[in-house]
Amino acid sequence: MKIAVCIKRVPDMESRFRISGDGKVVDETGLKFDMSDFDGYAVEVALQITEKLGQGEVVVVSLGPDAVQEALRKALSMGAARAIHLKADQVPRDGFAVARALAAELESGGFDLIMFGKHAMDTMSGVVGPMTAELLGLPNVSAVSKLDVEQGKGTARRELEGAAEIVEFPLPAVVSIDEGIARPRYPSLKGIMAAKKKPLESKPAQLDPTRLEVTKTELPPDRQGGRIIGEGAAAVPELVRLLQTEAKVL
Amino acid sequence: MQDFYNIDSLLSEEEIAVRDSVRRFVDDNVLPIIGECYVEGRFPKEIVPGLAELGVFGANLPEEYGCAGLNNVAYGLIMQELERGDSGVRSFASVQGALVMYPIYAFGSEEQKQHYLPKMAAGEIIGCFGLTEPDFGSNPAGMITMAREQSDGSWVINGAKMWITNGSTAQVAIVWAKTNDDKDQRSIRGFIVPTNTTGFCAKDQKGKLSLRASDTSELVLEDVRVPKDALLPKSGGLKSPLMCLTQARYGISWGALGAAIACFEEASSYAKTRIMFDRPIGGFQLQQLRLAEMLTEIVKGQLLCVQLGRLKDRGEFTPQQVSLAKRNNVHIATDIAREARRLLGANGILAEYSAMRHMANLESVYTYEGTHDVHTLVLGQAVTGLNAFGA
Ligand SMILES: Cc1cc2nc3c(=O)[nH]c(=O)nc-3n(C[C@H](O)[C@H](O)[C@H](O)COP(=O)(O)OP(=O)(O)OC[C@H]3O[C@@H](n4cnc5c(N)ncnc54)[C@H](O)[C@@H]3O)c2cc1C
Repeated sequence: MKIAVCIKRVPDMESRFRISGDGKVVDETGLKFDMSDFDGYAVEVALQITEKLGQGEVVVVSLGPDAVQEALRKALSMGAARAIHLKADQVPRDGFAVARALAAELESGGFDLIMFGKHAMDTMSGVVGPMTAELLGLPNVSAVSKLDVEQGKGTARRELEGAAEIVEFPLPAVVSIDEGIARPRYPSLKGIMAAKKKPLESKPAQLDPTRLEVTKTELPPDRQGGRIIGEGAAAVPELVRLLQTEAKVL
Repeated sequence: MQDFYNIDSLLSEEEIAVRDSVRRFVDDNVLPIIGECYVEGRFPKEIVPGLAELGVFGANLPEEYGCAGLNNVAYGLIMQELERGDSGVRSFASVQGALVMYPIYAFGSEEQKQHYLPKMAAGEIIGCFGLTEPDFGSNPAGMITMAREQSDGSWVINGAKMWITNGSTAQVAIVWAKTNDDKDQRSIRGFIVPTNTTGFCAKDQKGKLSLRASDTSELVLEDVRVPKDALLPKSGGLKSPLMCLTQARYGISWGALGAAIACFEEASSYAKTRIMFDRPIGGFQLQQLRLAEMLTEIVKGQLLCVQLGRLKDRGEFTPQQVSLAKRNNVHIATDIAREARRLLGANGILAEYSAMRHMANLESVYTYEGTHDVHTLVLGQAVTGLNAFGA
């Protein structure tokens, strides 16, 4: 079982964000970065599959500047066997450009399973996995909350609103992983030391010109303080009126 | 906390990765339960398998014995993160790694190392270290615990040890005992004593107001008979246990900073959100002075530790340098914890916040592994060449 997991390096979502001078993107100075949460789940699931089967290889792939090697090393220290870094000055905002570059790399890799997180924590597009599947002509299952694989076949569970769906698909396939599927393990100290010696191949990404441009990024408005409109039953009519006229939620 | 002096730039990528992994473990597994454990007076045994899986026990010992083979800076960062959780958790790891695994590694036979170290790294065997006695604390050379060699080569040990961390939890105790009269420079030897040996008894020490999330026990050894191979063959003289203490103290120098960091983080966030006289208390100069002092001392302590760790990795560090770091860092940490407690006002006395727990814990850390006073005398002797210890 040969599994590729595509991971993205994203800012720690608990950071205090600032917008860059041109108003278009997030200012990255002083931010802490880590592997995107859903990608961490995907790495964990991939490792569990190979551990359960007692064979196989997990390869992690990341596209972006040299700094993404940190996220790749983390995946290696969790137990992935090797890493591929597709070098680019930045991660294009156009998910299709990313999918093209990933597909070009993964095409000849002979992978039984290609895994993504459901979406990246920063951009939340959720398109790179499905687009990569399409480019490779492989079946795609998105937002998977449970995954089993055996000889040439996979079974996935997907959570729907108030229901769940079980999907079967042939391998090779592309899946993207939802939260709650598995807690990513802590990189063990031995794992961290071993990661230093594992292969990390860095090569230029084949990137098409991006067809999307972010023209503006805004922070949410500052939260206003609460307002106490009265107490007990007497306050209900006024509360209902404000919910209708001001908050417009009723 | 914010890396005010860019100390991360003094660390390697692996050192940072080690710290961050342990940090996450502590955030997820220690912080949510530790306040309650402290109040209940219970060591959280349930985290031991997770700590073992991470590889924190004896993390700076070689891989061939099942350990992580980390350098000493990475090891120190582990201690920092554990004590950011609680001094009791760090104490557990210090004892297991520096006071039990280390002496087996340094003074043990190859068979002892092969037998114990991998199982101890895996957390399958827990150890304790018995040096202190009821009447001999700062002056362990006076110990009265005696081991007598029998005609068949076995040993019979009699004596009592006190204040022994992990004492009731442990499966093995490293017991330090005299084997001869005091004229013999090598009289004090170390023994690996299984705690289920007949005549060995461990009793929990009740009534602690500090280090409550840690097992502290009294050991009584009454005609405890151990085989010949229980002796640590390369141990000899007070120097042997003191070498262990130097290892543990090195970790404590880092650990104390972890407690200080926890208190600083708590105090600085509280200062920004607690409103009094219509503004955050962090906007008053008095509270800013507290925070500025805390930050300054933590940064100085961290720089001290990084350099000490680099010296240790090069095999160039001296016990006196370790004394300086232990003495300074534990001292500043106790001050920081107390100031944080005060900044928090009434909330500062609650177990829900961490400042008072750390404050009380650090009083133990101030006393064990050589009291603050004793390290003062070590430094005084290093400066003057004159011994002020007494006899
Ligand atoms: C929670 C806890 C856990 C511990 N865990 C362990 C353990 O796992 N294993 C172990 O072996 N021990 C352990 N200890 C024991 C610890 O190392 C001793 O308490 C310490 O060495 C001090 O000894 P003492 O308490 O007998 O104090 P004493 O030596 O009686 O000292 C009392 C006071 O006198 C001062 N003093 C002593 N000598 C001098 C001097 N020459 N000049 C000036 N002042 C002096 C001291 O600084 C102190 O203020 C632990 C202690 C605690 C509190």
